[in-house]
This record gives sequence, structure tokens and C-alpha cells, in this order.
Amino acid sequence: MRHFTKESFFIMKFNLKTYFSKTTNAAPLAVFRIGFGLMMLVSIIRFWWHGWIETIYIQPTFHFKYYGFDWVSSLGAYNYVLFFICGLSALFIALGFKYRWAMLAFFLSFTYIELIDKTTYLNHYYFITVLSFLMLFLPANAKFSIDNLLRKKSYDTIPRWCIDSIKLLLAMVYFYAGLAKINSDWLFRAMPLKIWLPSKYDLPFIGNSLMQQEWFHFAMSWSGMFYDLTIPFLLLYKRTRLFAFALVVFFHIFTRVLFPIGMFPYIMIVATLVFFDASVHEKIIAFIKRLLKPFRSHFSEPKLVSNYSIANQKWILPVLTVFLAFQMLFPFRYAFYKDELFWTEEGFRLSWRVMLMEKMGLTTFKIVDAKTGDYFYVDNSDFLTNFQVKQMSFQPDFILEYAHYLGDHFKEQGHKNIQVFVESYVALNGRLSQQYVNPEVDLYQEKESFKRKNWILPFKDEIKGL
Amino acid sequence: MIRKSLLAFFTLSLLLGCSSSDEGDSGSQNDGFDRQVMLSNWADNIIIPAYQDLNADLMDLSAQKEAFVNSPNQANLETLRASWLSAYKTWQYLEMFTSGKAEETNYVFQMNVYPTNVDDIEANIASGNYDLSNPNNNDAVGFPALDYLLFGLAETDAQILNAYTSNTKAEANKTYLSDVVNQMQSLTATVLNDWTGTYRDAFVNSTGNTATSATNKMTNDFIFYYEKGLRANKIGIPAGVFSAAPLSSKVEAFYNEEISKTLALEGLNAVQDFFNGKAYNSNATSGSFKAYLEYLNTINNGEDVSALINSQFNAARTKIESLDNNFVQQVETDNTQMTEAFDALQKVVVLLKIDMVQAMSIRLDYADSDGD
Repeated sequence: MRHFTKESFFIMKFNLKTYFSKTTNAAPLAVFRIGFGLMMLVSIIRFWWHGWIETIYIQPTFHFKYYGFDWVSSLGAYNYVLFFICGLSALFIALGFKYRWAMLAFFLSFTYIELIDKTTYLNHYYFITVLSFLMLFLPANAKFSIDNLLRKKSYDTIPRWCIDSIKLLLAMVYFYAGLAKINSDWLFRAMPLKIWLPSKYDLPFIGNSLMQQEWFHFAMSWSGMFYDLTIPFLLLYKRTRLFAFALVVFFHIFTRVLFPIGMFPYIMIVATLVFFDASVHEKIIAFIKRLLKPFRSHFSEPKLVSNYSIANQKWILPVLTVFLAFQMLFPFRYAFYKDELFWTEEGFRLSWRVMLMEKMGLTTFKIVDAKTGDYFYVDNSDFLTNFQVKQMSFQPDFILEYAHYLGDHFKEQGHKNIQVFVESYVALNGRLSQQYVNPEVDLYQEKESFKRKNWILPFKDEIKGL
Repeated sequence: MIRKSLLAFFTLSLLLGCSSSDEGDSGSQNDGFDRQVMLSNWADNIIIPAYQDLNADLMDLSAQKEAFVNSPNQANLETLRASWLSAYKTWQYLEMFTSGKAEETNYVFQMNVYPTNVDDIEANIASGNYDLSNPNNNDAVGFPALDYLLFGLAETDAQILNAYTSNTKAEANKTYLSDVVNQMQSLTATVLNDWTGTYRDAFVNSTGNTATSATNKMTNDFIFYYEKGLRANKIGIPAGVFSAAPLSSKVEAFYNEEISKTLALEGLNAVQDFFNGKAYNSNATSGSFKAYLEYLNTINNGEDVSALINSQFNAARTKIESLDNNFVQQVETDNTQMTEAFDALQKVVVLLKIDMVQAMSIRLDYADSDGD
């Protein structure tokens, strides 16, 4: 442990001060804003197009809630309005039109949508929420935006930390995803890739040759881990940057071919452009300008002002520092639980743990009359969609929440002395299924909390690692 | 850092390089599992022969029905009943198949929805004006409707015969009986002709791994039938495991009163034979879930899931064999044995739905999954 002398403390303070007064070209942030807005717009349209608004947010009679967010409820048919607002604000963000308000509307509507039902939880949705919160505070409309035309002012430079904070967030997502891959299942059993890849036999060319090879599963596992851990540094370092970007494109396209992961690969490819020098982004802007040439003659060029200084930097900086520090620490909360993380999933979500598990469950609920001992089983499809049943079956917090829902439901129907027992079997990463929830525990009496869930039966194997 | 980037570069160029060549490296055992062998075994040795058998059974049923309608006497009633039972047993080998024309025509729902709805049947007979293929009539047609018409119209055989002879509704009863049999026969012929025609090749060539590929659909249909058609309908629902009290009137072949166990055992055999890829007409086996799981095990070195599944099938069979021939009787005298049979069947659901599906990585595309 290094001790700070008074002197070194002052040096640091001084350095921080100079750091926060440093400025940089505004172009990368402007391009990032445009890319972000367009990607989000496409994502929303795609979601709508697949009919998922209906099947995921409107059809289900019951929604699984994040702990502490029970009050977020589905808006029924008005979910379409919510998605419309979300998509429209994404478009405004891309255009740089009323950027702050658009960003706020996007952040709120997107986050609200995600909070309606945790069945759809994906790390990359959470990433969008985190990123859009950060972007609320950044002057992403300083350059090449409609806001510039309205104010007749455009800015050449912005504070340097604005771009660095995005880089930091991106680097963190990759690096933490890499750390999570340092575990014995991923590295020494090549799980779950060993299950997933052989099923891609119908891919042209490599489907029937590579995908069944054990060495290939291991090569993919290990290179995936190294990729995640090193890519932030390779992107930061100028000499390796172009190579790193080629890797980014290759890896994300490859995973897109292999797995049904939607828009995420494209979002990451566009996002990592932010690591490039301003000159690249200026070229991109010049290119878009050329495309827009026919429409631009109506507007007078905004006046160029040198630096965009953030009015409220004094309180924005502490807020963002706390926010980013929280993001750094939060994924490590699993250390407070002694059980196997993959098994109990206590502290699993919101931590950039992606593609680590092939986990499936079969969970049936038994409603018992405590006095008479009479019981019956619940047909899950009476209450949940297939997708919800699938997700519920192996995630303890889902099982508990649903047990309470069923208990309340049957109480309302006039059943007495209700107990809710669970017969649940779960298989993890190619292991044989084993009983998951203690069948003797009446879940109707158990409460959700951050405490350890002692009604989950212990995992009969061990997974070593971070 | 440079070393790591070199390593990453090296690994990746290796991957890229290998994807375009390097196939002959480890010999012919890397051809992988041939799904087409499995699909053609299913189609040529199991599904089509079973449909052909059912079709023959139903032609016989149709002939016996004609004989009975022309002269409704005890002897003809008994031959007709025997023919019905024989077809009903064959049917147990087909209820799990719902693709092709069977899906288009809602075939399974027109063949074996039980309990049958006596009010609907009587209303149809009374009005003489009905569309048997209408979904509202699903519970008034098929084997369960015949169960009622041949065993349930009255208490005794003499009274049943009376319903087809001197009763005022005798003509209407005969017409309905005849129409139901004809409908079953023509539907089956349609489904069979589709299989022997173009559908067989479409099925066998659908070797991909998407939600609509033959293997994936078949896996889902198979598990769905096992869970719903066999486990729940035949055992669980009558035993009352999904309701506050047992529902003995919901057994299969309720009016016959003797064969609910026979049919359940046929259903279980059908499921296990299909799992093992056993041909319908012989003991030959070929491509199957079992073979697929064994192949995947050579990659994963995991547990022998197919052996576990077979031994649990056998355990469930032992439980069912110890039940009364008539499940109504069993439910009303000792329902515990019935729920034990259910529990034994349920254990296979766990193995099929989790362990088998996980190993085969059969996916349903609900929505996006997480990605890196």
C-alpha cells in the first residue's frame, strides 16, 4: 500500500484539476451521438416489427418485477406510446434536436420499458440504460447538431473527460465480461460453448467441420476471454487500434452469426468507433455533410465558438464520479454471497456476465391446503407465457415472486390455508439436472430480500474462478 | 500487452484459417451426427408405417361399421368394438405427430379429445345438421365419441342395440356413428397421402436447427405429447393432480371401462420406441434421440442421459402396469397409486425437457438472448 504524502496529494489534485480543464475535439462525441441515436431507433423499430411489444409487454397477465420496482407496471396498449416516445427521442438524439430533453425522454422511457418485466433482462439493455444516463450529462450536441443551427452556435472542442468517460464505460463492460470468463466451466470445460457450438451444424462451411471439434470449443472460450480482457487496451493504444477495431468487427459479426443476440453486436461496433482519433470522426461528419448537401442550403452555417464549457461541471463531475465508481464496484457484490454464483444467481445480473451459462429448469408449483393436506399442481401456461416459463424455471427470484403471485391468486379464489411448494429441477452447463429448490419449504412464507436464499438446494459440483 | 495481442491475433488467424480448410484432419468420425438418417428413420420406419397401419385399421373399422349399420346385432357390435379397440391402440402411436397435414387439418383434435361431450353428440344427432370438422365439435368426434356410441349410449348391450334398431333415434344414431367413422378415415387418408406424397421429402430434408426445422419441431411435439397427451391426460388429470379433487370421469375410454390402462401403456411404448428409434413394424433401430444423445456424449463426455431416460421410462411402465385395468376404478379405490404413476412419469419430463433438450441445444426463438 502506498502512502500519500502531503506533497504527492497536491500533485494529484493539481493533475486532476488540469485533467478536468483539458479539452478535446467535439467530433467523436457528435458521431457517437448520431450512431447511438440511429442504433436505438433501429432497435425500437425492430422490436416493434417482431411483435414483441405485444407478446412481451401486453399479452402476459403477470410481469416479473425487479426488486424494489414493483410499482412499475405495464401500460397495456399504451406501451406502444411508450415505445413511440422512445423511438422518437432516439431519432431526436441522432439529429441533435433538443438533445437534453430527447436524452432524458429516451433514458426514462427505455428504462421504464426494461423495468416492466425482468424476463427480458439482457446485459446489453442494461448497458443502454447506463450509457444513456451518462450521456444525459454530456454535451453531445456541441457539434453537428440541429441544436447548433437553432442556437446559431457550434463548438469546436469539449472537455476531454466527456469522451473519456464513455471510453471508460465501454472498457469496463468488456473487461468485466472478460473477468467473468475466468472460471473453470468456461476455460477448462469449454462450457457452455461445447453445448452451443455443435448445434450450429447447419452453418454453411464450418457447420459440420469446426463446430463439432473439441479443440475449437476451447479455442473459442480462451480467445473470447483474452479478447474481452485486452480489447479495451488495444483500442486505447494508437498503434494497435486499427487491428483492435478489426477484431471488434470480426468477433461481433461472428457471434451474431452464431447466436440470436439481436442488435447488440452492431451497437458495440459503432460504439467502439469513439476510440478513434478526431480526424476519423471529422471525415465521417464531412461524409454525412456531403450526403446532406441538397438540404443544407436553407440554413446558415452556425457561428463557430471554440470551447463548450459545461455550466454545471461543479456538480456534474461528482455525480458522474460516484456513478462510475458505483458501476465499478457493483458487479463485485456477488462476493457477499457464499453460494455458487451461477447456481443461485445472487448478484449475477447487472454485472456484465454474458454467455456464461447454459441453464435450463423445469419448475412446477404445488398448492397445498395446510390443514387437509389436499394439493394440486399448477399449469404454468395458465399464468405465464412460454418465454416467462422458460426464464422463471431456473432463476430463484422469479420462482419466489411467482410463488407469491400463485398464493395470492388462489387465496382470492377462496382457497384456504395456502402453502406453495416447488418441485424444481435445473441443469447447468451440461451437468445432469438436480433438484433446485427445497421441496419442503413453503415459499409463500419466504420473502424477497438481498439476503441469502437458504431455500435453494446446494449445487452438487464446484465452479472455480472469479 | 503486445504479447497478448499477438496471442489473440495468432488464435484468431488460426480460427480463420481453419474455417476454410483443414477438414480431413481427423478422419471420417468427424462427419458429425447425420440428422437426415434420423429424420428418414422417423419418417420411413415409424411415422408412415404407423399411419398406414391406422389407415388399414380405420378401413376395417369402416367396413365393420357398415356391417353393423346394416344389421345391428350383438355379433356385429362386438366385431365393431374389437375393430375400434384395435384402431385406438394403433392411434396411440400417432398422437404425438402433429406436423404436415395433421397440423393443417387439426387432425389430433379431431381424433382423440376426451372426455367426449355427450350433450354435443346428442345435440348433433338430434339436429342431424353438423360440421364434424368444426372446432366446436372436437369433443364430439373421434375415438372418444365412438367410445360413447359403442359403449355408453345405454347401460346394457341390449339397450345399446336398441338405440340402433327400434329406438326413434335409431336412424340418426346410425348416421352419426357412420359419419364419425367416415370422417376419421378420410382425415387419416389425407394425412397419410401427404406423408407418402410430397411431405416426406420436405420433412427429411429439413435438417437445420431453427425453430421450424423438422428435428426441432419433432422434439417439441414429442415432449409436448409426452407431457400433455400421455402424462397429464391419461394419468394426471383423472388422478386430480391439477385440480382440487380427482376427476375419474376424465379417463380415456371412459365408457368402455376396461382399457384405459391398455391405452396408457400403448402410449408409453410408442413414446419409448420413438425415443429409441425403433421401427414400427419390426425391432430394427436407427437414427433417434437416443442415438443423437449418444453422439453428443462423445463430444461432451457427460452423463449417459439416454440410459437414464430409458430406465425412467421402464420405472414408469412398472408403476402403470400395477394399476387397475380401469383407471376409474383405480382413482376411486386407491388414487395414491395413480399419483405415484404420475410422479414416475414426471421424472421423465425432467430428463426430456431439461437434460435432453439442453444436450441437443434445441432452441425456441422467443426473443433475443444475451450476447457478447
